[in-house]
Amino acid sequence: MMVRNRSLIRRLLTVDLPMLAVLAFTLAPYLWMALTSITEKSRLFTEGPSLAGATLANYTRLFNTVGFGTNLIDSFIVAGGTVIVGLSLSVTAAYAFSRFRFRGRRLMMLQFLLVNMFPLVLLILPLFILMKTLGLVDTYLALIIANSTVAIPFSVWMMTSYIDAIPRSLDEAAMTDGCTRLGALRRVILPLCMPGIIATAVYIFITAWNEYLYALTLGGRNVKTITVAIQTLIGEYEVEWGLLTAGGIIGAMPATVMFLFVQKRLIAGMTQGAVKG
Amino acid sequence: MPQTRALTTPIGRRILPYAMLSPAVIVTLVIVFLPMLQAMWMSLHDYVLFRPKSFDFVGLDNFTKALADPVFWISLRHTVLWIALTVPAQMLLGLITALLLNQQFPWRGLARALVIIPWALPSVVIALMWVWIYDSNFGVLNDFLLRLNLISHSIPWLADPDTALYAIVLTLTWQGFPFFAVMILAGMQAIPSSYYEAAAIDGASSMRQFWHITLPGISGVLLTATLLRVIWVANSIDVIFVMTGGGPGYTTYTLPLYAFIKARTGLDYGYGSALAVCFTILLLGFVILYLRRAGKNIG
Repeated sequence: MMVRNRSLIRRLLTVDLPMLAVLAFTLAPYLWMALTSITEKSRLFTEGPSLAGATLANYTRLFNTVGFGTNLIDSFIVAGGTVIVGLSLSVTAAYAFSRFRFRGRRLMMLQFLLVNMFPLVLLILPLFILMKTLGLVDTYLALIIANSTVAIPFSVWMMTSYIDAIPRSLDEAAMTDGCTRLGALRRVILPLCMPGIIATAVYIFITAWNEYLYALTLGGRNVKTITVAIQTLIGEYEVEWGLLTAGGIIGAMPATVMFLFVQKRLIAGMTQGAVKG
Repeated sequence: MPQTRALTTPIGRRILPYAMLSPAVIVTLVIVFLPMLQAMWMSLHDYVLFRPKSFDFVGLDNFTKALADPVFWISLRHTVLWIALTVPAQMLLGLITALLLNQQFPWRGLARALVIIPWALPSVVIALMWVWIYDSNFGVLNDFLLRLNLISHSIPWLADPDTALYAIVLTLTWQGFPFFAVMILAGMQAIPSSYYEAAAIDGASSMRQFWHITLPGISGVLLTATLLRVIWVANSIDVIFVMTGGGPGYTTYTLPLYAFIKARTGLDYGYGSALAVCFTILLLGFVILYLRRAGKNIG
């Protein structure tokens, strides 16, 4: 009993306590923002953020006066569109990478990896010129295309690793039963890697939702995503921290919630490649 | 053997993989590689957006101009400093977190889920909350340090040229360390527990176990994660752009930020592209190293 107690205290001191410290560092800024957002305007600068007299006034103002609702819709359309484009283009490519050995396979896989390494500035300048020439600036399509530059390569890699985990014998069994390659992909592989597809979709959604520089450069009056809206708030309501932090909480909410749901599978897929290295 | 098989397989089956790849490949060529070529092409021209008619070929003029531009060198110095401070800080904190998460304790699952939150947040929101924390009048950091008597008067962290860059480094460390933690943790869990059991039987202390089993076991992951992080940290300009916009003065300019600002506010796309190309070339070494490591894993 003594020994067990002592080892428990030891664990509390060497594991639980330091872990709490790390978590405090991780969560404190976020919680501080949340607390500020529900503090009454008049109290904020006199007493500082506090739970006493908590109010949702900042949130209602955000939607009624500032018009955050339309920004949320814009972000949803852009992020949703990017998910559709990213997934639909990458599924067959991932299947080919996973199931076939062909000339140029390695090179093409590396090409997709390379795309994600390139500096965004190198891409954002010509994309703006391109969109301007095509008359697409300030449209959903422009933002979906820009976000796809990241989404397609990422989802090709993720989907390849998920399909790799499904035994080839299943495709072969389906094909013996009379399925074509594409039939096997559609009827057998896709349903089996649905959890992987969902994780990839969520990741693409989060990245597109969080994206700021493309949205700033290629968006405008008609298409203004939540990130750009928050940044505009910072400029317009400089000292109204209650309102600003409420905007921050709303902007971060979808990504945080979705991420917590799929984090396990997502992390498994993302770290797999690195662990092998 | 493979050769004869390739000859006997029907042509339809031989082109199938390429057919399946073509949508993704063609689209990436059009929306990524073509624009990049265009950026390189633009960098060789005098191209200012408010004079759209003039697109004069000037050869390498933009590049020689950059080499003589003091702001280019300031930005480059900041980029190096910024990577050299942020990435090791992220790695160290990530390593500590991973070591903790690798222990047995009841709320481990919860801790692991919560630790990753900063990674999922939009950079604009991260910038916003840290600007609020650093606020010189009402910010919690000043309040906290004043109460502890560590400072005698409020410091305007982001407006003071001496502290602005370091304040942003802290923010970026906060944003990026969970990535390291998760990667390193995955590496640690891939080490067979029999190694530790054998070491414990031989009487090795936990410190020795860390040096001789854990560290060698995660070295591969550590290198990969570091390369990835160097590339991402170098590229990330959104947090700085929102927090300080490069100021005060040029104190938080990094090279990609300079390129972006040149094009966005100066509308000088020729010079902006040249700066972006310079930056890409400088980064290329890390990218190649990373691709080589990743290439080894492709079966």
